Amino acid sequence: MLSKIILIVVLFAITLGIAAYLTLVERKVAAWLQDRIGPDRAGPWGILQPLADAGKMFFKEDFIPTNADKWLFILGPGIAMFTALLTGSVIPWGPDLELFGTKIPLQVADVNIGILFIMGIVSIGVYGIMIGGWASNNKYSLYGAIRASSQMISYELAMGISVITIVMMTGSLSIRDIVDQQHGFWQDGWFSWNVFKQPLAFLIFLVTALAECNRAPFDLPECESELIGGYHTEYGSMKLGFYLFAEYVNMFISSAVISALFFGGYNFPGMDAFSGNTLAILGTLVFFGKTFFFIFVFMWIRWTLPRFRYDQLMHLGWKKLIPISMINLLVTGVVIALTSGWFTKSPKSIETVPAAKKEVVREPKQLSMYNAKHEQ
Amino acid sequence: MIFWLLGGLTIGTALMVVLSKHPVRSVLFLVLTFFMITANYVLMNAQFIAIVNIIVYAGAIMVLFLFVLMLLNLNKTNEPKGSILMTFGAVIAAGGLLTVLVAAIRDAVLAPTMIDANSENAGLVENLGELLFTKYVLPFEVSSILFIAAMVGAVLLAKRDKQTQE
Repeated sequence: MLSKIILIVVLFAITLGIAAYLTLVERKVAAWLQDRIGPDRAGPWGILQPLADAGKMFFKEDFIPTNADKWLFILGPGIAMFTALLTGSVIPWGPDLELFGTKIPLQVADVNIGILFIMGIVSIGVYGIMIGGWASNNKYSLYGAIRASSQMISYELAMGISVITIVMMTGSLSIRDIVDQQHGFWQDGWFSWNVFKQPLAFLIFLVTALAECNRAPFDLPECESELIGGYHTEYGSMKLGFYLFAEYVNMFISSAVISALFFGGYNFPGMDAFSGNTLAILGTLVFFGKTFFFIFVFMWIRWTLPRFRYDQLMHLGWKKLIPISMINLLVTGVVIALTSGWFTKSPKSIETVPAAKKEVVREPKQLSMYNAKHEQ
Repeated sequence: MIFWLLGGLTIGTALMVVLSKHPVRSVLFLVLTFFMITANYVLMNAQFIAIVNIIVYAGAIMVLFLFVLMLLNLNKTNEPKGSILMTFGAVIAAGGLLTVLVAAIRDAVLAPTMIDANSENAGLVENLGELLFTKYVLPFEVSSILFIAAMVGAVLLAKRDKQTQE
């Protein structure tokens, strides 16, 4: 119990700290890609810049427009931040750590529907933007909110279908199981990471993750050249800070989810040479390394690609990504059915095949679920 | 204890849906009601149903509701005044619904033999899927066909509107 509380507090601090420093990293990456120097006034290489920014945000006037819906105006940024932070609880950050004779799993909650939990929280995340944009009582804010919600609903579908293919291959909704199944780097004559088994699903997931985070080239809800500031036009002070901060937290969490689902999470080549706490610490470092790489990819894309037009965005979402992910799902299903011999067996034995197969797969899983339950 | 607290909150938020003056607030309270129902599912160990309830209802359907309401931008000044006849009709319809519900609940068997809510894996995905594809496969497939029919119908209606406009 105590270990869980410590884990939650540490996770909370790490997430917020990383999100704060991502603002600096983003500006540095942008400067690098544009051949500039970037912020370098506050401290050496500008490492105190996030603190200065936060201080500025806090000392600004906390303003609520006269015609705004007061409570919903305050609620908006709160929901955005809350949902952004909530997702981190089901991500396995590393192999089990062993301290003082007890096993400590580096995961706040190993719920057996982990990946669905993430999808659920992502789908609630849109409320923060919608409520904030509507409550501002400003047409640009409303446009931003409406754009955000239709974009997020559209891209959620493709994201969900690409996740289903991973779930079909793993046979479990728990993220811990999904990560454990990608053990090492090479297994049964093929790469064990899901990105090599489902490259198309990975591509779709990456694109939809960009859209769900409202990052360029999908940043239409807040595009400056059309909507002033989009849904946060009327916001100032730390409320604006919450919206901007939530975006960076979302970016960090979705990078973590991408590396857990597709890039083996805390697994790395040659991990069998280590064991115990060394493995736990190395695995966690590897996981964070992969996460930071994807954060860099997010920033790289933002400063490379121009913004979509809105009809192009909808066209890509509904007419390209969803059909492609459907075909991917179908092919995956056929391949799974073929490799487990559903078409080659006689009709009578087919009836028993799913049950027999389930028995084999189920035994260790139930055991691990049992263990997880008793550890808590 | 938790059940009574949750039940009270569920009914409270559901009442607020009806009592709120502003349509957007009503929808937001409805979202809250769905969260309370989800919490009740979690209490019954039905995690899969709980999260699907959030994804489908709170995450998709209610977002669309809110979307439409925000576009309409309803407020008190342009809200049409309901006539007395409408009020009477609404009261009679609601009363009829209440009677039916009460009658249905009165005759229902509230025995704990229906589901063993205390068993550890009552709502796990494996058990749910197994039941859905063996015992209840016919209702499951029929409802899928119903959904597809509704989707095709919606697309057809949208297409026809466009053609007549041109």
